[in-house]
Amino acid sequence: MSRMWTIMRKEFLHIIRDPRTLGLVVALPVLSLLLLSYAVARDIKNIPLVVADLSKTEVSRHFMDRYWLSGFFRMAYEVDSETALLQLIDSGKAKAGLLIPEDFHKVSVGEASAVPFYIDGSDPALAQAAQLAAETIGQVAAQDVLVEQLNNSPLRIELRLPVDTRFRFLYNPDMRRLNFTIPGLVASILQIQALLLTSSAIVREREQGTLEQLIVTPIKPWELMLGKILPFVLVTFVNVGLILAVASFWFRVPVAGSLTLLLILTAIFLLGSLGLGVLISNISRTQMQAMYLAAFSLMPTLILSGFLYPRENMHWIAYYAGYLLPVTFYLDIMRGIILKGVGASTLWPSIWPMALFSVVVFVASVLVFHKRVE
Amino acid sequence: MSHGNAVQVDQLTKKFGGFTAVHQVSFAIPTGEIFGLLGPNGAGKTTTIRMLCGILLPTSGRATVLSLDVTRQPEAIKQSIGYMSQKFALYNDLTVIENLDFYARMYQVPAKSRSARLDELLEMAGLVGHEKDKTANLSGAWRQRLALACAIVHRPPMLFLDEPTAGVDPISRREFWNMIYALAGQGVSVLATTHYMDEAEQCNIIGMMHDGRLIALDDPDTLKAGLAGDLLEIECDAPGRAEALAAEFPGVMEAALHGVLLHVNVPDAQVGLSLETALTRAGIVIRRIEQVLPSLEDVFVAMVETQDRARVRAGIAKE
Repeated sequence: MSRMWTIMRKEFLHIIRDPRTLGLVVALPVLSLLLLSYAVARDIKNIPLVVADLSKTEVSRHFMDRYWLSGFFRMAYEVDSETALLQLIDSGKAKAGLLIPEDFHKVSVGEASAVPFYIDGSDPALAQAAQLAAETIGQVAAQDVLVEQLNNSPLRIELRLPVDTRFRFLYNPDMRRLNFTIPGLVASILQIQALLLTSSAIVREREQGTLEQLIVTPIKPWELMLGKILPFVLVTFVNVGLILAVASFWFRVPVAGSLTLLLILTAIFLLGSLGLGVLISNISRTQMQAMYLAAFSLMPTLILSGFLYPRENMHWIAYYAGYLLPVTFYLDIMRGIILKGVGASTLWPSIWPMALFSVVVFVASVLVFHKRVE
Repeated sequence: MSHGNAVQVDQLTKKFGGFTAVHQVSFAIPTGEIFGLLGPNGAGKTTTIRMLCGILLPTSGRATVLSLDVTRQPEAIKQSIGYMSQKFALYNDLTVIENLDFYARMYQVPAKSRSARLDELLEMAGLVGHEKDKTANLSGAWRQRLALACAIVHRPPMLFLDEPTAGVDPISRREFWNMIYALAGQGVSVLATTHYMDEAEQCNIIGMMHDGRLIALDDPDTLKAGLAGDLLEIECDAPGRAEALAAEFPGVMEAALHGVLLHVNVPDAQVGLSLETALTRAGIVIRRIEQVLPSLEDVFVAMVETQDRARVRAGIAKE
């Protein structure tokens, strides 16, 4: 046990002796959060729209206004022909186009008019958002026209829609995309940070030649592994604190649930992730190999965990592969605590596999480490 | 039987795939003696040391260190030995005292006596006043003495030194060996590898390794006396040509250049005389020719030669 503390002390000395690396280690995760939060999956708003109003009437201008007022679109260009409209979409300057036909004003007297709406489908997420928004705007406009017509008709009947769906959002009531993104981003950043920090822990000593000196001492493998992991748990906790502070004060994504529970589960997650780094370090012969293995785990972390894409839509192989990553469970936990404010009993299905992973990884790193030079 | 010996090695063999790094090596180190393992790079010295330290598994054979078996009790051995690896494995970003303190704690030197022990080691290594120096900034000789201090922080009765003086100046080498003698005087047994013959002369026992085999094992004087025949030292104007001629001369057992001097091993004085005549007849001006006492280098060269000849005769191809 005392040897574990000795290793920890030594690791801390290494960390302190290299202030530039320490600065990067502390600053980069916060910087990534700041940067990525503005980049990854923000709410889709202000889609650049090109309009060709061939009708040029009071009625068509009123119809166009509905698009700006919705907030989903911004008027990027106004042109006179369908050709010009398509050109702007081709060049990527506009992502959607609205063509109001010449006879559009007739809608006010009860005649139907087909309004073509063009969408750049190359980005499906943006296209879907634009489609949904345009559809809704069109329906509301049509409804308003109908209501007006009925009101003006001599029959004067009371109009009521037969089915009226009322939405009630249980969590994240403002539907802020950021509230969903940030917990995932925090999880991914921590996972990457943990792997990078420890992946060189053992192999660096191997390259320096100090590992040989270390294995002729009576140290036990678990003392060495834990001594290597724990200092970085502390370092990463500084990261967690900073990241959560930025999330709640800058991005206004506060932790809805128990902060204590969040920190305890984060510690368990980090033991596993840092342990995985040490395991990588154990099986690598050079620091280059270790870095490459650590970097290779980045893509699965981002994609299979459900951070970038909902796992429900994945092929079953990818879906179940996600369960092999502790970050998948941690992501659920983070979203659960930060967004929904749920407790440990609700999160239990995610907690135990994550904890199991941490234990297995630690045991594996101890078993894989041999006090021999071969 | 092994109780009087700090190290007992019996038919120790290590193979890496098809390559035999150490082949059936046997020797013993009596307690308190300095054993020098001599031989060129790749002879199997480091592999032997690593097996004795319990960090490399022997392929076959047996070895005990302080009566503990290297295969079955490596962790018990590690508690009682000091090991200095070739590279002086110190943490460069730590200070002198931090390195020492780290190993003191790794070997669980009791907290009560720790600081007194560290002071003692700083004194011994001549590092007093440099406790706070970064290890990276130390010269080779200082790093070497610090590495030794780290290796003996727990007062091990057995010390393994793998080329402890490589890359260190001659004066520092002598100082280092004085420390080793002092330790041996306190009853510490030492196994050191070296390529320096002058260092080897100072050891109580010498084992010469070549191609993974132990080709000679005895104290330095016996080894030198055991060299068959007479050793002639020849000083002449064309040592290179003289060596080539001598090597081919009938009766000559061994001819080797030592700088500008030619050492020729002959069975008796008669062969020496006829060689002298032959060299003069070939136009070589001989300035001096005399019988000298063999050095360990002569013994080593002769042993390697004998070994190779024996193996060729036995039809074993060299790796």
